[in-house]
Amino acid sequence: MSTKRTITFEVMRYRPESDAEPSYQTYSVPCEQEWVVLDALLYIKDNLDTTLSFRWSCHMAVCGSCGMIVNGEPMLSCKAFLRDYPDVIRVEPLTNFPIERDLVIVMDDFITKLASIKPYIIPKEERKVEQGEYLQTPVQLKKFKQYTLCINCLLCYAACPQYGLVPEFVGPAALALAHRYNLDSRDNGRSQRQEIAASHDGVWECSFVGACSEVCPKHVDPAGAIQQTKIASTMDYFLGFLQGGS
Amino acid sequence: MSRKPYIRPIPKTSWYMRDGRYKRYMLREVTCVFIGAYTGVLTMGLLRLSQGKEAYEAFLQAMNTPSAIVFHILALLFAVYHSTTWFNVTPQAMPIMKGDDFLPGKVIVTAHYAGWAVVSLFILLVVGI
Amino acid sequence: MAKSHKPIVWGPFAAGGTFAAFFNPVLILVTGILVPLGLLSGDVLSYTRAHEFAGGWIGKLILFAFVALPAWHAAHRLRITVHDFGVRADILVAVLVYASAALATVVAIVSLLAI
Repeated sequence: MSTKRTITFEVMRYRPESDAEPSYQTYSVPCEQEWVVLDALLYIKDNLDTTLSFRWSCHMAVCGSCGMIVNGEPMLSCKAFLRDYPDVIRVEPLTNFPIERDLVIVMDDFITKLASIKPYIIPKEERKVEQGEYLQTPVQLKKFKQYTLCINCLLCYAACPQYGLVPEFVGPAALALAHRYNLDSRDNGRSQRQEIAASHDGVWECSFVGACSEVCPKHVDPAGAIQQTKIASTMDYFLGFLQGGS
Repeated sequence: MSRKPYIRPIPKTSWYMRDGRYKRYMLREVTCVFIGAYTGVLTMGLLRLSQGKEAYEAFLQAMNTPSAIVFHILALLFAVYHSTTWFNVTPQAMPIMKGDDFLPGKVIVTAHYAGWAVVSLFILLVVGI
Repeated sequence: MAKSHKPIVWGPFAAGGTFAAFFNPVLILVTGILVPLGLLSGDVLSYTRAHEFAGGWIGKLILFAFVALPAWHAAHRLRITVHDFGVRADILVAVLVYASAALATVVAIVSLLAI
């Protein structure tokens, strides 16, 4: 019994060596019922057009490489089940990023910003190995655990209109990760991260559209992290006045 | 092979037409026009009140024109939209930890709506509805 | 990178937004709809009653909050909204909106103190 369903894929193509700008190419793909968009792209690459370029790896919403715009919505293509889509599916590279080739985007800007917020524990006290591990209670973990689930898939940047309009904006995932380490009981690096997070291009470029949190495949809620950082930074600012600081 | 990344242009004045959630966001932002205008009305009322009975009663007269009432009906709708959008995101901005876990967002939102209902009813009772 | 001074305007924005969310719908309903349409018994907003209310310190404080907090909320959000609609004159817009909020605040203070 054949359960195949033919779906038309309109895929954005951009070949830098020959194209002045992107255009759409249409592929007709015989799809299995349980496929995701990534399966169909792999079918195209294996059977219809070997020149189509896209990133992917784990096929299970962990690696964060296969983010694309599927019918207008930022999605992990490995998590975009065909049963949820009509017979015509449009696939584009993530918005707000330069296109390297076809569905592959340039993510250098994000990597630079991610590094700038120091996404690692800056310990309160340096401990030697023989002193044992840094201890943390389950409640202390709970405070930030949600923000550790980020897989750097960049769907939030693709969804964020302010990042599109103001490319200097540090952006959702990087600010959420800054918040994650700031909340960690083992960490003492908040003042260093605030140099970026509380700057003009940090949380203050955010106008709480909230789209980042809606598209996040791991429910990290970067928008919430940014609002919490705004509140904390505002407290810092006014307390600084009271204490006669800057 | 040299790289030639392509940057897609973003229309600066119409970007929000692309997505329903952007349109809802802009609707939320536009509530400020009505909140601001109503603040202007209140300020004017206080000014007139300080200028004496005659000035204040002229202000009340001006509030009783069809255009003023239409404005206030619109302002009421936008103000309610502001309230709901504001309260709905409170768990994101102000998560509350109770014991070993976070309070469910629904609890925080419901508490805000309950508070909203209480202050609204209180004011309505005070003015004698 | 220098720390931003946005908290100066964001603090009042957030406080005013919360305040407006709780109070503005019912205030608009009473002052702009129920009273003008004569749907409330008595003369809630009459000169005598309004003057009496604004005469006490508690009344002054409440009325000041009704005006000043939402004013700073609306001003800051308007600044961002204008930017969102594509106007790239942020400094000029900021001066205009915050000056308006400051004007409303000052007029409210002066008026209330004169009552």
